[in-house]
Amino acid sequence: MTQQFYVSPEQLMKDRADFARKGIARGRSVVVISCRDGIALVAENPSPSLHKIGEIYDKIAFAAVGKYNEFESLRQAGVRYADVRGYSYDREDVTARGLASVYAQSLGAVFTAEQKPFEVELAVAEVGPVQEADHLYRLTFDGSIADEHAFVVMGGQAETVSEAVAAGWQGELDFAGAIRLALAGLVSDKETTTLPASALEVAVLDRGSESSRGTRRAFRRLEDADIVELLSEER
Amino acid sequence: MQETTANRVAANATSSFTEHLQRERPDLLPFGQGPFGHLGAAGHASHAAAPLQAPHGTTIVAMSYAGGVLMAGDRRATMGNVIASRHIEKVFPADQYSVLGIAGTAGIALDITRLFQVELEHYEKIEGTLLSLDGKANRLGAMVRGNLPMAMQGLAVVPLFAGFDRPAGIGRLFSYDVTGGRYEEQEHHAVGSGSMFARGALKKLWRPGLSEQDAVAIAVEALYDAADDDSATGGPDPVRQLWPVVYVVNRAGAVRVPDSALAAVAGGIIESRAVAQREA
Repeated sequence: MTQQFYVSPEQLMKDRADFARKGIARGRSVVVISCRDGIALVAENPSPSLHKIGEIYDKIAFAAVGKYNEFESLRQAGVRYADVRGYSYDREDVTARGLASVYAQSLGAVFTAEQKPFEVELAVAEVGPVQEADHLYRLTFDGSIADEHAFVVMGGQAETVSEAVAAGWQGELDFAGAIRLALAGLVSDKETTTLPASALEVAVLDRGSESSRGTRRAFRRLEDADIVELLSEER
Repeated sequence: MQETTANRVAANATSSFTEHLQRERPDLLPFGQGPFGHLGAAGHASHAAAPLQAPHGTTIVAMSYAGGVLMAGDRRATMGNVIASRHIEKVFPADQYSVLGIAGTAGIALDITRLFQVELEHYEKIEGTLLSLDGKANRLGAMVRGNLPMAMQGLAVVPLFAGFDRPAGIGRLFSYDVTGGRYEEQEHHAVGSGSMFARGALKKLWRPGLSEQDAVAIAVEALYDAADDDSATGGPDPVRQLWPVVYVVNRAGAVRVPDSALAAVAGGIIESRAVAQREA
């Protein structure tokens, strides 16, 4: 029988964190921006069907970077959690705070107890009736949770992208402005100045979905044509 | 099959909300256990002695028209010979492109409706695409069958399901029996205690290629005839300003017909009947 080497808990956690960070840093970035019209979620994603952004519930959306199979299983778990909760209590009892804390617990449990931590970073966004009531939670691979204001940037080049978004953010932005700002952030570390619509995944949580579309479900995924139209509007 | 991680993951991957509840929270299902499951034998004995009195929903009519389908329900719930509610709604949007109406024990019908709505939305969110219309109709059939033990004890629920089949470009209509049997109906159909009178009216009034407006008027008139002869079906109520609940489903989705339009249609029917001065 081979002898187990002693590794200090500090070293073990540090190694795991480094491993997870490396996995996340390989991925392309996602930007979530709160604005006047609602919340815009923009990701650099060339695949039209493997989504990084998804609907969780009426007012709640999910965005992730990292390993697809890991964040997809978390997304599905989130939809199940939200649907069971909304079905057993009421639709208005499903909140981003509850969902984010469930995610934090699962990520924390996996980080400490499992063979390998999840190589993911998540954002949970909930659109409110007014901009002050918007919630943006950012969750990292070790289960840390942060309540962010205005916007969240995750992924490989999060810092450069974040700087570019911070420079242009203001509360009065409409969806077109917010998506343009996110795009400006996403290309900040590249040679080009634009990304084609086919390389983007864009969804919005519509603040006025009840009045404009007559539905409680605020989440709307934008087609390529919609994105082109939004981006071509006068600046 | 060998018990591998991959097999286990595949077995646990479900897009069905009902299946998920059956596995994780069976107590939340409307038909998870018998209505008196937790009461044991004593509950059964008292049930056999006096049949359970619970509000019942009645007549639902549905018909196809040029470009879609329509479903309408009256507003009355009865408990024995008493009117339990004048405001109940029995027709609901199931998702963006389908509606369902439910006749039978109101409490269970409302829960099955809620479960079905979550089931469709859950599938849509997990899979990222809408279920096909046949898929939706089959899921509803499975739910009605799940309720069979309760139907045997007198708590039956009989739905009517209508939706727009987007690939085919037509509106379609499905009826069910208490065992979950699914039957596609042509032209029109009605369920509930007033259905035979409503169906008689539909047979005379319905014709192919109806416009949406005409279809709404015919649905209201069929419900009026059902209310005329069936005491469990409520007619239009101008005193309380209560009109049937009517949904139309076409390529643009399911839309509820506004009360103002129904008030005009119902007013027209009441007036024409008054003018005719006929007894029956």
